[in-house]
Amino acid sequence: MLVSLNWLKEYVDTDNISPEELAEKVTRSGIEVDNVEYVAENSSNVVVGYVESCEKHPNADKLNLCQVNVGDEILQIICGAPNVRQGQKVAVAKPGAVLPGNFKIKRAKLRGIESNGMICSLQELGFDEKHISKEYAEGIFVFPEDAPIGESVEPLLNSTDAILEFDLTPNRADCLSMLGVAYEVGALLDKPVNLPSEEVLVGEEKASDYISIKVEDEKLNPYYGAFVIKDVEIKPSPLWMKNYLLAAGIRPINNVVDITNYVLLEYGQPLHAFDYDRLDSKEIVVRTAKQDEKIVTLDDVERTLNPENLVITNGQEPIALAGVMGGANTEVTSYTKNILLEAAYFDSISVRKAVKATGLRSESSTRFEKGIDPNRVKRAGLRACHLLEKYAGGKVLEGVVEFDELDRSEKVVEINTTSINNRLGTDINTEEIAKILERLQFNFERNEDHFTVYAPTRRGDITIFEDMLEEVARIYGYDNLPFTLPTGTATAGGLTKRQLLRRSVKNYLESVGLSETRTYSLTSEGYIQKLVSNEVKGLNPEPISLAMPMSEEHKYLRLSVLPELLKTVSYNLARNQYSLGLYEIGTIFVTSEKVLTKQPDEQLRLSGVLTGKWLEHLWQMENKKVDFYLVKGIVEGLFEHLELPLTIIQAQLPDMHPGRTASLLLDGKEIGFMGQLHPGLEKEMDLKETYVFDINMEAVLEAHHHEPSYTQIPRYPSVTRDIAFVMDNDVHAGDVQAVITEVGAPLVKQVSVFDLYQGDNLPEGKKSVAYNLLYQDPEKTLVDEEVEKLYQEIIQAVNEKFNAYVRS
Amino acid sequence: MQEELKAIQQEALAKIQEVGNLKELQAIKVSYLGKKGSLTQVLRGMGKLSPEERPIVGEIANQVREAITNAIDEKNTTLENAALEEKLQAEAIDVTLPGRPAKVGGPHLLTKVIEEIEDLFIGMGFEVREGPEVETDYFNFEALNLPKNHPARDMQDSFYITNELLLRTHTSPVQARTMKEYKGEKGFKMICPGRVYRRDTDDATHSHQFTQIEGLYVDKDVKMSDLKGVLNLFAKKMFGEERNIRLRPSFFPFTEPSVEMDISCKVCNGEGCSVCKGTGWIEILGAGMVHPNVLEMGGYDPKVYSGFAFGMGPERIAMLKYGVNDIRQFYLNDSRFLKQFHQA
Ligand SMILES: [Zn+2]
Repeated sequence: MLVSLNWLKEYVDTDNISPEELAEKVTRSGIEVDNVEYVAENSSNVVVGYVESCEKHPNADKLNLCQVNVGDEILQIICGAPNVRQGQKVAVAKPGAVLPGNFKIKRAKLRGIESNGMICSLQELGFDEKHISKEYAEGIFVFPEDAPIGESVEPLLNSTDAILEFDLTPNRADCLSMLGVAYEVGALLDKPVNLPSEEVLVGEEKASDYISIKVEDEKLNPYYGAFVIKDVEIKPSPLWMKNYLLAAGIRPINNVVDITNYVLLEYGQPLHAFDYDRLDSKEIVVRTAKQDEKIVTLDDVERTLNPENLVITNGQEPIALAGVMGGANTEVTSYTKNILLEAAYFDSISVRKAVKATGLRSESSTRFEKGIDPNRVKRAGLRACHLLEKYAGGKVLEGVVEFDELDRSEKVVEINTTSINNRLGTDINTEEIAKILERLQFNFERNEDHFTVYAPTRRGDITIFEDMLEEVARIYGYDNLPFTLPTGTATAGGLTKRQLLRRSVKNYLESVGLSETRTYSLTSEGYIQKLVSNEVKGLNPEPISLAMPMSEEHKYLRLSVLPELLKTVSYNLARNQYSLGLYEIGTIFVTSEKVLTKQPDEQLRLSGVLTGKWLEHLWQMENKKVDFYLVKGIVEGLFEHLELPLTIIQAQLPDMHPGRTASLLLDGKEIGFMGQLHPGLEKEMDLKETYVFDINMEAVLEAHHHEPSYTQIPRYPSVTRDIAFVMDNDVHAGDVQAVITEVGAPLVKQVSVFDLYQGDNLPEGKKSVAYNLLYQDPEKTLVDEEVEKLYQEIIQAVNEKFNAYVRS
Repeated sequence: MQEELKAIQQEALAKIQEVGNLKELQAIKVSYLGKKGSLTQVLRGMGKLSPEERPIVGEIANQVREAITNAIDEKNTTLENAALEEKLQAEAIDVTLPGRPAKVGGPHLLTKVIEEIEDLFIGMGFEVREGPEVETDYFNFEALNLPKNHPARDMQDSFYITNELLLRTHTSPVQARTMKEYKGEKGFKMICPGRVYRRDTDDATHSHQFTQIEGLYVDKDVKMSDLKGVLNLFAKKMFGEERNIRLRPSFFPFTEPSVEMDISCKVCNGEGCSVCKGTGWIEILGAGMVHPNVLEMGGYDPKVYSGFAFGMGPERIAMLKYGVNDIRQFYLNDSRFLKQFHQA
């Protein structure tokens, strides 16, 4: 809502406060003022002049030689504007005037003839385009005939006006009217509000002889008032009204349309003027539209309606879409003589539906949607009649023809000093509260410290105690609230075990070199099925798509974090960032329902992606590329960190390298995978050799139960032995290790691979894997015999199981 | 004999003096003090001396032995030190050459901000709660005093999946769920961080996915001044002790009264500058006293219980605190961006 301060001053005195101070005050007590703007920049010594004569300049075709009466003298002025004419009243910058941009007007000679001043356009007077009506967009401004010669143009042009832009929250629809703003400002400044005149000279003819009203649905239209005004003269509105409309962002059209708009802004009540003679009937019937009924609205667009839309009809066909826009068939034109003025109350939901259906949003519909004041509907009609009489020469017929089932009662809210202070933490006394209610101009009854407040209908947002609490608090001032801390129930606060564990996982990953990322949960059709872990696939997931996606790129709820993470890698590679170690703990959305009837399972996944060089130490010629075992080490380290038994077995998965992929098993159950991407996918996504891991965090968080506790540190020395086995290439080193561990238990505490050899000195198709075994007996010092015995048992077991022999 | 001993001492000391390495020193030691050493040889002749002379010569002999031994030990230390010195010299390296890098990762900036806020409120007795990102219309809107047909819940603003399910537009549903869980029986303090979604076109200031942290305190006798006190503590810890806060009236369907909290601008100290658009204040978060309808739907009797709630955007806070000027940076994950915030 754009609030002209000069207009506002008609209702409330703001003389002792600057526009900026007022804006700050309004902002601090309830409505954010986004901007303070002035209609025009300052100028001085510009007056109304009368063009007594206007001839062509003898030496220049495009210039005019004008004699202009400015009251105390007649100035000869040369004017280049194409629209200057004898008999006009114009804005004259006299010699000595200063126009915006510090442009000083001096006497000068133009093509040999003296020019003593300048006839100005509004642009030259520093008006922004939006404050200039269309007819004066080019050329000089022309005043109405009654403009007083010699007077300063500033008050006539409203050029010193400041416009405050109110950013209204949905609850403050009352300030979609100048009167509402006046009540708000009046409360803040502690000033009374002067209401405008609604006086009408009553004619002899009765409006009811001209029209009857029938409303079919009183819920959708509880009030419909029709005024009939005869013999109007369609002409431009008075300059002041045009100025105020422009200040409010509305283009003036003609006096009748302007007056309905003016009252809309003044009272917040939408009005509509029909050309009575084009109605073709003597009745107004308000009803819901028929399916596919058509109306051509004022903007000359044919609209197709449905039974959710309320229409105004002449008994036959629609003449307006209720609360949204009038019909072209009854539009007021320059030939209009008699008008029917509608002042009605339409249900907000029905108007909202009509706006949605047609895509039409108007100043009127906005107000109906947000709710209007039931006590101002008829008064706004009267106010418009008053203005039509005054500025359109209309004769207002006696009486308003109306349908009236409107509830105009005020909401009653009980408050008392104690309850207000208890909730605010303040110490406001009863007198102060009474004073605040008076400033707000709310009616109330007071009984000691108890108030019965009758919330005015203009403030539809006030219905309960808390609403009144806010009114008192905001006028009292939030700055005056003390700072206190909660004194109630003591609560320990803190993170849950799950949250702590998640932080611990993050810390681990970051300490081994990974960077956390955050990617989008919404992905595209092409990626929704990509890199979905086996155990997720086992849940038969159906892709979940948005009902109305904004783009194909963000259409589905993801089933794997990896695709979006890989897009991040592509993004970085394109920016020459080749070495990356990224991870994300993110949600995937799993359902087996084709049509979602309940919330999907939200599963936390831990996904990582690594590519490029891991470590690079150039001068020592060290260069470590990311490879399978690096990633495996990170994953194993994580499970070691969590003290969870992880098994990693060879696997084959779509979109993964067939020979470099492994499944991750926790207690024998699959919880994810790791490995290199399939080169095909790498190529498709513009990636280089890229490794990923993807882990079901839910399973990890659930399985984790480790509480560290002290174990006796061994007092007896340990013994180590090495064995190298020669085995077939396709035997898995891990399987051999498992057998060694199993046979060696409990004395063999630890088995680790320390060498892998393939090549010379070995038969074709064979490899040698060397293991280091650590023997430890917590009870005593080991004797050679038992170490040796176990050693031989291990060799035998491995030999039997894998046909592997000890390399000598 | 006494002269002989003196001569040996003199000769030995001279040799020790001259010797240049440990090996030769060892040879000298053997040649004088060893079994076949000259001093030993001389002492073997002691038997020929008279009983009167013997103690005298014995004493001298001991003095000579001691002098030689001392000289050798001393020389030994000197030579060892010299050898060590030489070795250390040879081992010298250029310390200005680059070190072998330790691979260090780090958290995402948003996580850093979220965890900082979490820890701050945990210190004030708040628990941290989470909830589903696909929400029911009921928990996302209705339970928060946003009935169907409420103007503030335009279908256009939310990602609906079905008529009843949508991607949550705020983390407030977690508040509603928490109240349900506590069954209206006791006071609690909680914050709920998480991802939220809105139908916004991604640009420098909008993102269709972003994060939110909301907080809720419900108890008997919660006052609006408590809200002001808690937010003040938060703002000072998060943005600096010298920052002030102010509350401005606002509107949210789930709180009444509703306010917005501003902090004094750090750039201009409240004087007004381009960062704060000349106001001296920067908007940080929305808050208010929990609307009685919300308490009631959550199972709390608004006549007995009251509460306050607040909600903020970690992206906005990160942008203000770290000068990030494009919200998309948080989701592009440019590694150069990520690394900027890895340091402690
Ligand atoms: Zn500033």
